[in-house]
Amino acid sequence: MPVVHIPAPARDLTGGEVDLEIEATSVRRLIGALDQRFPGFAERVLEEGELKPGLRVAVDGHVSPMGVLARLEPDSQVHFLPAIGGG
Amino acid sequence: MASVEERQFHIEPFPGGTPGNLRLVEEGRLPEYDVVGTRPIRHDGTDKVTGRARYGADIKLSGLLQGYVLRSPHAHARIVSIDTSKAAEVPGVHAVCTNADMPSASHRAGDLGEGMVDWYHLNQNVLASDKVLYTGHAVAAVAADSVHIAEEAAMLIEVEYEVLPPVLDVREARTAEAPVLNDDVRTDRQPVGEPGDTPTNVAKHFHYEKGDIEAGLAAAELVIEREFTTETVHQGYIEPHTATALWSEDGKITVWTSTQGSFMIRMQVAELLAVPISKVKVVPMEIGGGFGGKIAVYLQPVAAVLSRLSGRPVKLNMDRSNVFDATGPTPGSYMKVKLGVDAEGMITAGEAELLFEAGAFPGSPINPGCMCVFACYNVPNGRIDGYDICVNKPRSNAYRAPGSTHVALATETIVDEICETLGICPVEFRMKNAVHEGDERVDGVTYPPIGMWETMKAVELSDHWQSPLEGPHRGRGIASGFWFNFGGNSVVAATVNEDGTVSLIEGSTDIGGTRASVSMQLAEILGIAAEDVTPTVVDTDSIGYTDVTGGSRTTHATGLAAIKAAEDIQAQLCQRAAILWDVEAEGVEYSDGQLTEVNGSEPRTISFTEISGKLNQTGGPVVGRGSVNADKHGGAFGTHIADVEVDPDTGKVQVLRYTAIQDVGTAIHPSYVEGQMQGGAAQGIGWALNEGYHYGEDGRLHNASFLDYRIPTCYDLPDIETIIVEVPNPGHPFGVRGVGEVPIVPPPAAIANAIYHATGVRLRSLPMSPPKLMHELLSRDA
Repeated sequence: MPVVHIPAPARDLTGGEVDLEIEATSVRRLIGALDQRFPGFAERVLEEGELKPGLRVAVDGHVSPMGVLARLEPDSQVHFLPAIGGG
Repeated sequence: MASVEERQFHIEPFPGGTPGNLRLVEEGRLPEYDVVGTRPIRHDGTDKVTGRARYGADIKLSGLLQGYVLRSPHAHARIVSIDTSKAAEVPGVHAVCTNADMPSASHRAGDLGEGMVDWYHLNQNVLASDKVLYTGHAVAAVAADSVHIAEEAAMLIEVEYEVLPPVLDVREARTAEAPVLNDDVRTDRQPVGEPGDTPTNVAKHFHYEKGDIEAGLAAAELVIEREFTTETVHQGYIEPHTATALWSEDGKITVWTSTQGSFMIRMQVAELLAVPISKVKVVPMEIGGGFGGKIAVYLQPVAAVLSRLSGRPVKLNMDRSNVFDATGPTPGSYMKVKLGVDAEGMITAGEAELLFEAGAFPGSPINPGCMCVFACYNVPNGRIDGYDICVNKPRSNAYRAPGSTHVALATETIVDEICETLGICPVEFRMKNAVHEGDERVDGVTYPPIGMWETMKAVELSDHWQSPLEGPHRGRGIASGFWFNFGGNSVVAATVNEDGTVSLIEGSTDIGGTRASVSMQLAEILGIAAEDVTPTVVDTDSIGYTDVTGGSRTTHATGLAAIKAAEDIQAQLCQRAAILWDVEAEGVEYSDGQLTEVNGSEPRTISFTEISGKLNQTGGPVVGRGSVNADKHGGAFGTHIADVEVDPDTGKVQVLRYTAIQDVGTAIHPSYVEGQMQGGAAQGIGWALNEGYHYGEDGRLHNASFLDYRIPTCYDLPDIETIIVEVPNPGHPFGVRGVGEVPIVPPPAAIANAIYHATGVRLRSLPMSPPKLMHELLSRDA
């Protein structure tokens, strides 16, 4: 089952849980499942159905250009990260 | 793969390089390519060395007007009124504009691919209407027959200011007593936190936790906590900003400019001027350096507005003082960092509080600073808090590995102190604690295959590390650093010419030799010479969307697009050969620049050059296309060794010997990889020893020229030796990682450590200039 890493500022929603196994085949479904279990999570990460501006999702250590459309495998690791700008 | 102890390495010259250009080779793991790893002459070399290359300031157009931007003399003031009437009456003046001539903007986030921008803040940064937030903040502009007339007219613009107290220091700016720069800024708690609800200078607060920090510190045998400061510094690109715009009668805007990303300029111009992107064409000129500072717009929308008002094309150029006063520096910072280690020298915990200057508007690289501060080491327990804080300085912008150089100064000098206290070799400490594939950063992300340990192996085996440094007042320091690199969107189109050459077009502006590195990847796949590919960087109407040349992404991502384009060409040529031989395309193979009939009794072959001459008779021209949004870019680690000699009478530091070691994945064009490593090191050495903005208490910048803002020259630097480490990135067919950013990360820390070992004085404040070091030497002796 995919494992999602809950960022520290959102652990108030998860009761301090850090890594959660969530049954989902896409990032969008994962966020939906998290929101069902921890109401308010989707509001923290989504704006008009997309990741909030400046927020990225990393799947298996790689920031996905597909955002909420990114597909998940049963052993995927998911992280929510702020966008990083290089020089 | 064998365990790290079993793997055998040696260092040898990198073929074709100068004596100081080396590589680490692992026994039995030397990849062989025909083009990749060679050193062809760059395709744009002749134009560059003859002066024929066309830069933004070279643009000449019929009816061209020259512009001048009026800038604020105050660091912080409310604009009460702007009266441009006298300026407009000056003979030779064709247009005068203020923010009122631009569409109003709202608070919405824009994604520049390599960072975010608030459109309202960008609008206000381009031309202020409400407040000026730093000296040099643009308030109005004039277009005239000559720049002298424009300047004279601009001086007649009457701006009434209500001067406000400035705040320049991040620690002061976050106090309740500090003047608030932007009434609309609330603390954005990231990632995924609840925003604040009161006006503040603290625009963002990033918070990361891993493990149990208290338990980690309790388990430590030794805990060291230190505070650090760094000054605001500029990227120091030699070419000032320039923009020429023509707003045509049919509503189309053409912009000629120096930029790292023509499509980013198109997006910003379109958004700020409220026109569709299809109405904006950006023509990227050659670029005389960017380093992250030529992504955001400054002049482009203003030139376009002046063109609309005048009906003529308008050119705006900055002079050097404009560049220092008003364009993105990298922030000054305050940092408090703590590391705990057990008796064996294994890190048990790391904690960091980082305060970065955002400048006038939110947007410092505090987040990558947070994510890089412990990135080189396996830190089991960590807590990181980072703050993006507005101060009365120009809005900060990216600068090579943004944020990482700051935090490396802190972590790497504490590591050196730990090694000295515990009596551990600093190379051994880093090899023991180095991150490997699968290790988790404090921000939670786990590493793919990486080469931190291998760079340390190269240090251990290097002649520099193994050679004793002798003599008084001399010391050696090392330091490591990390950068994420980036992938992103790139498009390449490649046309096969009838003489067996290929014309390649791309949207990636060429800052560091990427015409060559992209062309070489296409040539490698096609089995032709790099010289048989002619690369051209084209405008935004002529190629698909391409992200900025930044984040060390171009050789990786645009290279991937070139590989795809080459594979597309291969597939099409197989079909053409099938037509020639009257066989099925599946029966034709492409290898090493030859097409071969696979199953024929006497297999026929035809070379790439030969079939290129038969395209018209087999179906017409062949154009290969490659389009990617790359996401497996692989991070990069570097470690530098610095030998210095300190003049005890003046505090001047001379760098005697310097070696930059870096995991580059695979070096496509080793000369340009070495050049990036040397250039990054040179900039880092300047940042370490001399560079810094000097502000008066009134917030005015006192050293806005290269006379007073001292970047290193050849007299300040030794030949910088390089050791290329190649741990292939599995996210690229040739294993490419970005190379341009990480080499600026280690130098300040490596030099600080070297100064300590030369003098016994630990400096924790940049720049480590002669007066500062002299003060500490005298304090030590007293």
